Amino acid sequence: MNTRREVWITGAGLLSCLGEGVEATWQKLATDNPPAGHNETEFAPYVTHPLAPVNFDQQIPKKGDQRQMEPWQRIGVYAAGLALANAGVTGNAEVLDTMDMIIAAGGGERDINVDSGIMSGISGATNRGAFLNERLLNDLRPTLFLAQLPNLLAGNIGIVHGIVGSSRTFMGEEAAGVDALRVTFERVAAGQSNISLVASSFHGTRWDLLLVTELGRNLLKAPFQPVWDRGEHGGLAMADMGAGLVIESKEHAEKRGAKPLARLVAVESDRNRRKPGEIETTLAAEWAAIAPKVKKDQAAVISGASGLEPPTREEKNALGKIGLPVRATGSHIGHGFDTQFLANIAIACETLKQGKLFPASGSGDTGDAPASLSQIAVTSVGNWRGEGLALIEKV
Amino acid sequence: MAGEHKDKAGRPVVAITGMGVITSLGTGKEDNWKKLVAGQSGIRRINRFPVDGLRTTIAGTVNEGWEPNIAPSVHTERIAKLVGEEAITESGIGSKGNFPGPMFLAMAPIELEWPHRFDLASATGSNDNVTYADLVRVASEPRFAPYYEMAKYGIVGENLADHFGTQGSPISLTTACASGATAIQLGVEAIRRGECQAALAIGADTSVTPESVVRFSLLSALSTQNETPEQASKPFSKNRDGFVLAEGAAALVLENYDHAKARGAKILGIIPGSGEKSDNFHRTRSSPNGKPIIGCMLNAFKDAGISAEDVDYINAHGTSTPENDKMENTGLLAVFGERAPKIPISSNKSMIGHTLTAAGAVEAVVTTMTIQHQRIPPTINHNMPDPGITLDVVPNTARDAKIKTAISNSFGFGGQNACLVIAGEPN
Repeated sequence: MNTRREVWITGAGLLSCLGEGVEATWQKLATDNPPAGHNETEFAPYVTHPLAPVNFDQQIPKKGDQRQMEPWQRIGVYAAGLALANAGVTGNAEVLDTMDMIIAAGGGERDINVDSGIMSGISGATNRGAFLNERLLNDLRPTLFLAQLPNLLAGNIGIVHGIVGSSRTFMGEEAAGVDALRVTFERVAAGQSNISLVASSFHGTRWDLLLVTELGRNLLKAPFQPVWDRGEHGGLAMADMGAGLVIESKEHAEKRGAKPLARLVAVESDRNRRKPGEIETTLAAEWAAIAPKVKKDQAAVISGASGLEPPTREEKNALGKIGLPVRATGSHIGHGFDTQFLANIAIACETLKQGKLFPASGSGDTGDAPASLSQIAVTSVGNWRGEGLALIEKV
Repeated sequence: MAGEHKDKAGRPVVAITGMGVITSLGTGKEDNWKKLVAGQSGIRRINRFPVDGLRTTIAGTVNEGWEPNIAPSVHTERIAKLVGEEAITESGIGSKGNFPGPMFLAMAPIELEWPHRFDLASATGSNDNVTYADLVRVASEPRFAPYYEMAKYGIVGENLADHFGTQGSPISLTTACASGATAIQLGVEAIRRGECQAALAIGADTSVTPESVVRFSLLSALSTQNETPEQASKPFSKNRDGFVLAEGAAALVLENYDHAKARGAKILGIIPGSGEKSDNFHRTRSSPNGKPIIGCMLNAFKDAGISAEDVDYINAHGTSTPENDKMENTGLLAVFGERAPKIPISSNKSMIGHTLTAAGAVEAVVTTMTIQHQRIPPTINHNMPDPGITLDVVPNTARDAKIKTAISNSFGFGGQNACLVIAGEPN
């Protein structure tokens, strides 16, 4: 097979409860001790991480475009815009014309009022089927469908930011985020793509999405605790989050004079049936695959632990055996499912630049940054399925 | 490896060694092929839920694996298993429950469905004003635990990965109505990269539910010619008025050609290349100049190392919506020029309806069989040609033809365009 090409991350965009932009987010993280990005009242008794105030006009100038989107799409389009700006390709028609895109998205934001009306009326309906048809036909906004479809995040990024090479959308929570980055990494390394956007968004502070998580009894109830210390069953704090990364071959970046945020060295993804101990086994195998490339005295781990148990406990065990310093972002920005891994890659890029780790929070955040921090491994243990691991390093 | 085959770009050649398909016409390749070349329609009246008040009351339902109140994701999984088994059995690759490669699954998004919401609502005790907050309050009751995994986006892929024993993280994907083609593309790319010797690409869609029918109706996308269901889907006809929603699934075992030959597998066809091009003109409509559709086909030719002159047959996206068929015609005239009216093009959707996220995979299977049999399934219901469309749509009756290389187009909402090049086994 062809020789592999070097792959760079040349742009990163981030939006969360800690604000917008990778650098600004990192500055907040550096002082977020004890963590304060959560909210215990809006969806009481559940803990959430609502988005910091954002002026969407800055990345989505047309109000008409904003109206066509549900919040999850606005968050994603905004974060994608930040990443493109960071990479210096905003409005660069020549680059955007062939730019590829892989999106990790679930979509599925309902019209809560329409659904409530139907659920409230159904018990009094004589013909339930006819009642449902009538209400859906009369009450659903025609454009709502498009604001719910997962691939319409890509569609809206294309419309607003002008990326028109190709787009593919992966579905499946955390694993979708990991695989979006892995497939992009492999495509760029193999010469199947020169420059790609990987992006994702999640708007978790909604009762309809809280419902899907609580069906597994998985929501974190107040009081807030760091992800590592949420008790026997654990708990997951739903977050609002958008992340975008521009992934590019070194050759393509150099030709347009772009500087790397980091080199993408490896992305691993796998799955198991989640029998006791299997998460640890899978993570250990993924670690073994990247270990030859790790400089242990210059590396740290950024963890995507969700706070759900037993996955978080098993990840902690696996990381304990590896022995590198660890920080979990979930205690600060909450859990953003599909988006968490990409957000953590963005945070890892900035961490490399800062040369230090943000403050520890909870029992799994261990160790201090080495004197010379040049590599970060990023983990993703899905709340339900899927284990992933990436390695990035300073160029 | 002895006798290594590489394409013009020095990449491994990707073969198809197994295929499976299920549509409203029937179960399995042979049954579908017989009915496709006979020009039969699988479109019928919807009778699985009340259609009172709906503007569209017809669809291409797949009843195999369906039962009352079944979650669409469970139905999707069942028919995906059927087509996957057919494809893997034909290919003879791996062993039972151990497929030696990754899986790419094109499917519709997953949500809780109305029967489940109603169950939760009735448990809240707040009958007159049920909110989602009320549902969350009762969600942790043990009787609702089965709904948890049912609503997981990864559930179908995870269950299929367990069933077939595919390797690594199963990738569930959507590019709307181009999804099936994208799944194949991802598999082709992985084999070309040398990541694997084989990949399983599946597209499966079981979206005939009240809410899906309403949603597509609200976008004015569906045919409302309900009187004679089998005549409602009429791609490229003057009186076409929308697509017919349909269910279906297809699977393809993609394999490194040398790997397939070395184990003595039968080569059903090869995939020399594919192309994409996004359209950012509008969320549901194509650029009026057709540039993205044109670009998508040209990208596919380039990737496959062929030129427009090499294309002997076009498996159309051909949805039967006024917009799609017009734009596909515009794109084809631009790409093929004077030769366009001489290349046979047909739409399988005239018979099986539009299987949405499965369509690209279903039509890739049919295209491959078209090459194998050297016979083109027709575009049925073509009784009132659209004077604006000058293509040879193989009207109403199947036709024998010499086909070495074909393309299969897929276009979707959100500016998704994909084109697959499919060819017979190289001499």
